[in-house]
Amino acid sequence: MAKLIKTLMVKKAILAMAASVALVMSMLAAPVMAGETYISTLRGEVDLNKEETAPMMGKVMNEDIKRKRDYPMAPPTIPHKVDNYPVNKNANKCMSCHARDRTEDSQAPMVSVTHYMNRDGNFLAEISPRRYFCNQCHVVQLDSKPLVENEFQDVYKIIGEKK
Amino acid sequence: MGTIKKYLRVLRKPSVHYSLGFLTLGGFIAGIIFWGAFNTALEATNTEAFCTGCHEMRDNVYAELKTTIHFSNRSGVRAKCSDCHVPHNWTDKIARKMQASKEVWGKIFGTIDTREKFEANRRRLAENEWRRLKANDSLECRNCHNFEYMDFTRQSKRAMDQHSTALASGEKTCIDCHKGIAHHLPDMKGVEGW
Repeated sequence: MAKLIKTLMVKKAILAMAASVALVMSMLAAPVMAGETYISTLRGEVDLNKEETAPMMGKVMNEDIKRKRDYPMAPPTIPHKVDNYPVNKNANKCMSCHARDRTEDSQAPMVSVTHYMNRDGNFLAEISPRRYFCNQCHVVQLDSKPLVENEFQDVYKIIGEKK
Repeated sequence: MGTIKKYLRVLRKPSVHYSLGFLTLGGFIAGIIFWGAFNTALEATNTEAFCTGCHEMRDNVYAELKTTIHFSNRSGVRAKCSDCHVPHNWTDKIARKMQASKEVWGKIFGTIDTREKFEANRRRLAENEWRRLKANDSLECRNCHNFEYMDFTRQSKRAMDQHSTALASGEKTCIDCHKGIAHHLPDMKGVEGW
């Protein structure tokens, strides 16, 4: 987080510098080259009046094999498709397999016991409302290359064990 | 009263002007035309355009169907309203069409003519369909999804596990697990398996 804020601040400083340079340049009546201080936005390097070609949609991995968690508290990723699974006021499709009383029939893993606790640590009969929206933490995975490099290191690698 | 009796008397008398051959053949041809027209009209009430002619269907259940795989998919096969909600078998179809007169009643008296009324009735309406599909062993699903033609090796592990056990033994039918696949679900409180 601290690193992110630092990068943002650096970016901001660069922007301010670029802006002041541009201002000075224009005051000197020198023509500013278009695109010199171009900063790529989410829409990419496409002109405003043109439409970007949408990237291909990834394929959701559906092999039902549990994945390793990168750290002990990591929310497990979903190893199957969840197309059109409703999680709303009326129904929670995830819980029709992963709820405590459904796991015998479904043979799916029960949601973590912490999900049945309220914020004071008391246990509830149903999943706690603050844990109700599964997709806030648990997501499917696409079979595709990562968009950016991931520098995450496993804790074992950092402490030098189990190489 | 007098006119009805007069017409009845005419009907009971043998024909004077027309030959037996003409009447038989004419009756046969008229029958074909009537039958064709009847079935054409019946089929017209099974079209997507007819079903979505009312805003109750167009703005609620049809709008929900549009987001699902039964509406648009990679192979371009669509299950339209009648594929799931009207039996294909003729006698069952006529029985369903007679039941549908209740829906005409509902339309006239505005049972679900607002979004709020529709939402208030969603559970009742859904239960009607769940009950129907449970009773006929999910016949409308099976019109396309034939168990005999299923290749478990092409299914995901979860699907294979359920289909090769609960479905194969007849213990469960499609609708037991596949609720809300074409429309949004009502409040599922107390529904078995939820």
